[in-house]
Amino acid sequence: MEEFFQQFANGLAVGGIYALIALGYTMVYGVLKLINFAHGDLFTIGAYLGLTVLAALGLTEFYGAVIGVLLVAIMIMGMLAAIGAVLDRAAYRPLRESPRLSAVVSALGASIFLQNLVMLVYGARFQVYPLDILPSTAVSLFQVDIPVVKIIVLAASILLMAVLYLFVQRTRIGTAIRAAAIDQGAARLMGIDVNRVILIVFLIGPALGGVAGLMVGLLYGQINFTMGWTYGLKAFTAAILGGIGNIPGAMVGGLLLGVIEALGAAYISIAWKDAIAFCVLIAILIVRPTGLLGERVAEKI
Amino acid sequence: MKNRNAILFILFAAVLATLPPFLNAYWVDVLNAIGIYAILGLSLNLIVGHAGLFNLGHAAFFAIGAYTAAILNTTFGIPILWLLPVSALAAGLFAAVVARPIVHLRGDYLCIVTIGVGEIVRIALVNDVFGITGGANGIFDISRPSVFGLTIRTPYEFFYLIWFFLGVTIVLFHFLENSRFGRALNYLREDEVAAEGSGIPTARYKLAVFALGAAWAGMVGLIFASKMTIIAPESFSFWESVLMFTLIILGGAGSIPGVLLGAALIVGIPEIFRDLANARMLVFGAAMVVMMIFRTEGIIPQRPRVYRLEETPGEERP
Repeated sequence: MEEFFQQFANGLAVGGIYALIALGYTMVYGVLKLINFAHGDLFTIGAYLGLTVLAALGLTEFYGAVIGVLLVAIMIMGMLAAIGAVLDRAAYRPLRESPRLSAVVSALGASIFLQNLVMLVYGARFQVYPLDILPSTAVSLFQVDIPVVKIIVLAASILLMAVLYLFVQRTRIGTAIRAAAIDQGAARLMGIDVNRVILIVFLIGPALGGVAGLMVGLLYGQINFTMGWTYGLKAFTAAILGGIGNIPGAMVGGLLLGVIEALGAAYISIAWKDAIAFCVLIAILIVRPTGLLGERVAEKI
Repeated sequence: MKNRNAILFILFAAVLATLPPFLNAYWVDVLNAIGIYAILGLSLNLIVGHAGLFNLGHAAFFAIGAYTAAILNTTFGIPILWLLPVSALAAGLFAAVVARPIVHLRGDYLCIVTIGVGEIVRIALVNDVFGITGGANGIFDISRPSVFGLTIRTPYEFFYLIWFFLGVTIVLFHFLENSRFGRALNYLREDEVAAEGSGIPTARYKLAVFALGAAWAGMVGLIFASKMTIIAPESFSFWESVLMFTLIILGGAGSIPGVLLGAALIVGIPEIFRDLANARMLVFGAAMVVMMIFRTEGIIPQRPRVYRLEETPGEERP
């Protein structure tokens, strides 16, 4: 039973990260109906920029660990938001009216470009995060030792998701985002500047993805330029699992996927860990083609 | 028009056939890679270009064909070319079984599920499933193909094998495209509900095209395995699927000349920029974005079929 809770806790921490990345996918998909394949690479960029900023500023000793990391996180979110806006402008906006397939290829091209850009700037080898930034102590809960880092990561993810949810549900801009997600044409007729909505989505999604990259660095201490692909794919799986375009769905999907994967790795086989996520995805889509929280929509009749 | 196409095709084939003696082995190998990607692209084009089904896991079928041939060849010593129908059948059956529950999924869902299937197959190969795939090391000592007692070894000899296969593929797929089946697929892509309404059994057609495309990729897998004599899971990664997918959209989905040009570009661009070493994939990614922006429908788009209604004299158009 201890083993179970231990794995459950591990799964929740990773799941929180999946969920954060999934939010970016789900928001972009909700409004643009486009799989932003480059989103995973924005996550990688977040991890690398986080390392650079941490190393350059050495903030931790000065201001205390948590505040230092918080500052870095905010800076990363700002930088990634800017990169996201540029990405939209360069690779997606010119293709708004084009067939879906060309936009998918453009997204794949952007992904290859960003991934190789990171490799050229930082090198192909694994980079190591300083591990003494956050306290390495563990909290004992139900006879299970949970490292504080994991608790912080999970808490931060949930907090960010809650803020985003409130933002989308309660503010005027959030309403505009939801309206554009339902019907862009109708939203435009109601006086919503759809291009601005898309820009905002491309500011928020990458910012969250970038922070998730920083979290992975803090959690595992090791980053690589290809990691965005795996995390990105898992996160997209999580978004579909919960019902794509749906913010609570992305959260539920991410946490669920993290837990299933951790338990599967522990009880079935670690070698098949990455395959488990996809098996779950296929199984769920066969039973519920719109995902767990997705609404059943009739398609063009 | 028909005759002109046939003459062009034969001329093109004749020029290509005389080309290898003037090239060094390196560039012949590049041509071989272009040929292999072109056949793979054409097989995927049936699924993506004609039927409009997003498939980003085509490397899985390529892998099944390659591994089927490799395993049977190395354990039982069956001559590799005899295994062509077996590889095709294995990949086609696998595709039919896998596609059955997922083929009705909406575009992007299908896309991500096929990525998932591709990854599951790759992970299964790495994990040495059933103890026959050789794990991460793969399978060694696959025999060379032999035709009429002549063993094919050098890139020059492979050139003729691969491009002959490509020629056969082009001719067959050209007729398929213009057949009842091909037209039904295009109809399915344009409007599924209407296709179903006009009596096309869409689910069966989707399964059939998935299986056919996969079977073809399986045969290319066999050629690939016997050319390399070693196969390993990394040759069948997601990026292979991405390349196949990209070359179709880049060249022009649904168009045979487009796919051929796409294959030449996808294999060619990184080769041309080889001097840039590490930066070439950067250029490649950027080129994909730029090409899509300037040629949204691909470089040589599929020509729409035009039907004209004869106007009878005296009758006015509504």
